[in-house]
Amino acid sequence: MNIPADLKYTKNDEWVRVEGNIGTIGITDYAQGQLSDVVFVEILVSEGDAVSQGDSCATVESVKAASEVYMPVSGTVTAIHEELADEPEVVNSDPYGEAWMVKVELSDPSELDGLMDAAAYEAYCAERE
Amino acid sequence: MLEPLVCELSQPDRQGVGYPPSDVPLSELPAGLTRDALPLPELSEVDVVRHFTRLSQLNYSVDTGFYPLGSCTMKYNPKINEEVARLPGFTAIHPLQPIETVQGSLALMYHLQEALKEIGGFAGMTLQPAAGAHGEMTGVLIMRAYQKDRGETQRNKILIPDSAHGTNPASSAMAGLKVVQLPSDERGNVDLDALRAECDDTLVGLMLTNPNTLGLFEEHVLEIAEIVHAAGGLLYGDGANLNALLGIARPGDLGIDVMHFNLHKTFSTPHGGGGPGSGPVGVAEHLVDFLPAPVVDIVEPAEEDIPPLYGFVTPKKSIGRVKAFHGHFSMMVRAYTYILMHGAEGLRRVAEDAVLNANYLMARLKDTYPVPYGRICKHEFVAEGKVEGAPGVRALDIAKRLLDYGFHPPTNYFPLIVHEALMIEPTETESLQTLDAFAEALLQIAEEAREDPDLLHEAPRTTPVGRLDEVKAARELVLKCEVPA
Repeated sequence: MNIPADLKYTKNDEWVRVEGNIGTIGITDYAQGQLSDVVFVEILVSEGDAVSQGDSCATVESVKAASEVYMPVSGTVTAIHEELADEPEVVNSDPYGEAWMVKVELSDPSELDGLMDAAAYEAYCAERE
Repeated sequence: MLEPLVCELSQPDRQGVGYPPSDVPLSELPAGLTRDALPLPELSEVDVVRHFTRLSQLNYSVDTGFYPLGSCTMKYNPKINEEVARLPGFTAIHPLQPIETVQGSLALMYHLQEALKEIGGFAGMTLQPAAGAHGEMTGVLIMRAYQKDRGETQRNKILIPDSAHGTNPASSAMAGLKVVQLPSDERGNVDLDALRAECDDTLVGLMLTNPNTLGLFEEHVLEIAEIVHAAGGLLYGDGANLNALLGIARPGDLGIDVMHFNLHKTFSTPHGGGGPGSGPVGVAEHLVDFLPAPVVDIVEPAEEDIPPLYGFVTPKKSIGRVKAFHGHFSMMVRAYTYILMHGAEGLRRVAEDAVLNANYLMARLKDTYPVPYGRICKHEFVAEGKVEGAPGVRALDIAKRLLDYGFHPPTNYFPLIVHEALMIEPTETESLQTLDAFAEALLQIAEEAREDPDLLHEAPRTTPVGRLDEVKAARELVLKCEVPA
């Protein structure tokens, strides 16, 4: 399973990549594996929205289940990945790259301290197997 | 073999019925109301009969085989239900008839309400909701109206355990409430600490399924009721799994304030494509005034030689009508027949045998298919659809392979809290021989998974169509069949 070292992770299997003050958000390799083939992605937030940690920001649906994606951090949405709706399969093939969902300008970077690093997330995935 | 579409069987100018020449003058229709192109199939009577008979034979149903679809209670539907529902006194009536002319039907509805109240431990009952999820929404609207009536307009939150049926959050969201999910603890019960943390003055209530979708009796149900009630909330019961409790425990006695029944599960009316469903809702005393209108009641009491007059009444603070006319009446006839055929002792036996059958199957399978919450189950259990020594095999493959053995697969990938879930509910109507045959098939499939996993990956092979491409079907929606002109 792919768990990049430079990301932060949530218990709900979202990842956030922080570059400067911008956080990019998606779901993890573990999450896409559990969901199986993703057939539908809907981003629920828009550019400019103020969002809080824990708010739902997207819905991902596979042939097995529909799942909410929650904001790992608070902030203002600076970009959403609209094209994902047309190519939901990239959530399976490239969860940490092409399948990014939302970018936010962080309003409270200290929230990152409450998230898991790669090692902690790997242990968290292993304990659920 | 796939049966062609009825349109593909069409032959130009073929007819099933020959009309005699008209013996009255033909009138001209306004040009704007007529059209030439109407692509109806042209077939003879025998073409039509054979087409639909062949289609019906492609069906799998409770009349053809075992149907262990978890959380659906696919029990056999006794044929006497159908006999009774077809009596002319029940079929040749109209819901707008004067009540004096339909007393028998109203009496049946009244006595069904009374029976369900007794079975569930409730003070009031509506028979209107069309099916389970509609019953849920009706129940949640009643809870919301109750809170509003008390002046507690800030209450907008409903708590739903993570093992709940997906309809629970959907019904609550449709009723305008905010849904908060509660985790399960390691025994599969509601996590009480998480519950306490969410109990504040915004709480409308909690939706509890007992036994839950793991088939486990909620061990803290009394405590949950106490915590929710202390916070000013109401306890909703999802009655989908009532088959496990029938005649043994009454949800109302456990502290549940409002609950829907699924007549198409517990009370043997047709389920799924054979429906429609029926989802009566029972309520405790403090919610009776909020029931949907109208409710069947005795409007003039009986006198010595005169039977009572049944009619309709409107509860004082009713949330209004939730269904045209009075719900799915013919399902009420079937359910009432079922209740009378069994009697109190018989209904209890239903629950006992349903629980016994589920535990028997679990005991036969658990060494091969892990059961994560392995305590004694109620009417169903959830196993993991994975086989040691066959890492590439998933629950879906096992489910598809069961089709080759002639069985309807269990519910799969639900509940979400079990990986590769296979949710198995045998119901009470199956014999020991059927249960054994099903268990043998699953054990055989585990052998195949280890020795020849492609048998599973390529299953089903013996059905009219093979493995369907669910991903393609979901990604490339084609919702209309274009018939070549």
